[in-house]
Amino acid sequence: MSETDNPPRKLSNRQIAWRAAQDLEDGAYVNLGIGFPELIATFQPAGREVIYHTENGILGFGPAPAPGQEDWDLINAGKKAVTLKPGAAIFHHADSFAMVRGGHLDLAVLGAYQVSQTGDLANWRVGTSGVPAVGGAMDLVHGAKRVAVVTDHVTRDGQPKLVAECSFPLTGVGCVTRVYTSLAVLDIDGGKFLLREKLPGLSMEALQAVTGAPLHVEGTVADLNVPEDI
Amino acid sequence: MCEVNKSQYMNEGTRDPRPGNAIPALRLQEDSLDKSVATTADAVAEVPDGAVIMIGGFGGSGAPIELIHALVDRFRATGHPTGLTVINNNAGNGGIGIAAMIRAGMVTKVICSFPRTAQSEAFTEAYLAGELALELVPQGTLAERIRAAGAGIPAFFTPTGYGTDLAEGKPVEMFEGKMYVRESWLKADYALIKAEVGDRMGNLTYRGASRNFNPIMAMAATTTIAQISRLEPPGAIPPGAVITPGIFVSTLVEVTDPQQEEVLVRAETVY
Repeated sequence: MSETDNPPRKLSNRQIAWRAAQDLEDGAYVNLGIGFPELIATFQPAGREVIYHTENGILGFGPAPAPGQEDWDLINAGKKAVTLKPGAAIFHHADSFAMVRGGHLDLAVLGAYQVSQTGDLANWRVGTSGVPAVGGAMDLVHGAKRVAVVTDHVTRDGQPKLVAECSFPLTGVGCVTRVYTSLAVLDIDGGKFLLREKLPGLSMEALQAVTGAPLHVEGTVADLNVPEDI
Repeated sequence: MCEVNKSQYMNEGTRDPRPGNAIPALRLQEDSLDKSVATTADAVAEVPDGAVIMIGGFGGSGAPIELIHALVDRFRATGHPTGLTVINNNAGNGGIGIAAMIRAGMVTKVICSFPRTAQSEAFTEAYLAGELALELVPQGTLAERIRAAGAGIPAFFTPTGYGTDLAEGKPVEMFEGKMYVRESWLKADYALIKAEVGDRMGNLTYRGASRNFNPIMAMAATTTIAQISRLEPPGAIPPGAVITPGIFVSTLVEVTDPQQEEVLVRAETVY
């Protein structure tokens, strides 16, 4: 980081989710990955209707019910209780993944350990020890028309998560099209990271220094502005 | 031997007496087709050692807890069935259901997509001790392999897993410029499933999103055993509302007020 970034600023997960939510399109069918990506629904812009899909067989679920009101036959892929919105539909697992794998979803948003400049995603395990678990991640990365990632720009120990080539086991090859990080918004196209937005005051040099592959610019780079108080 | 008794299939030419419903009813003779049995023990009595068993449910919803526990009871009493392969999305939570099967020592292999959860100690301990084999399958591929088995389709191509560790050694092929992995059907000897309403012919409906893997597993197993919350006469489920047609169901047992996996796990119940 350059001296002008004092103290170094980065977005919180809620702020990253808010930014990703601004790109939710009216009428879109969307799958949000378990955990961090689920936050995006919290910030869905007013006036847009988004239909959320969950792998276990619901289209059109809504927020969690009040504590004590849970119906454990209405849950999402994260096993959390949800509610049904008017117009919701329930279906079995093969139909649910036909929606995913058949390319019917408009958008899937996932977390990441690493994303490569060619759009490879690693988000299901970091090594070969312990119990492996994959869930629906490998399906989701191939099913949606757009696959976005929300992530911190670097790991806890400061290593780039946007890399030339993933070193962790892959979830999918050439699948990610957009990345929302704690410092920037990037598209992936033609084997390159295309920088679209970066935090105001953050220099290109400083951003490049924490990115593991070359940043490319086509046209202008906008300021990444998000509300402070969320 | 196979002579058709035409009197069993009496077309009485009657119409459904419900107002507005004009579908001609072809009636079966009373009790000519009754798949229901009295107890969960009866329902699982024939499951042999070494069986491959699909078990419905996803997380805390849709697991046929009473049928699973009947299998555990039989194993504790007789030592059988053992050496089982279990197919489920997960690999058991807490101390009940599939976790109880694993703890009892009657499972040797699990085929699933997500064995690691906050309460999957039973699986984790057995797996890390080398007592349990694991075949990890992406969730959509798991669902489609099961569906394919039910539909008599031996293999299919999917982009899921291409270029990852989970596709190692599998045939790949390009279609319209994109690479796909060949996956094969996944069959089972038995499916244990949970439904809400059933009739003696095996037609089923499901409660909420507890449907998940249950209908496709019913299709993919040689013998499908369903526990239902309520047994109703044929016709009580409107034909268009049937989710699993009875052709996919072999045996039914009524379990009123069934236990919910999520509730048991939260209460830290151990079976």
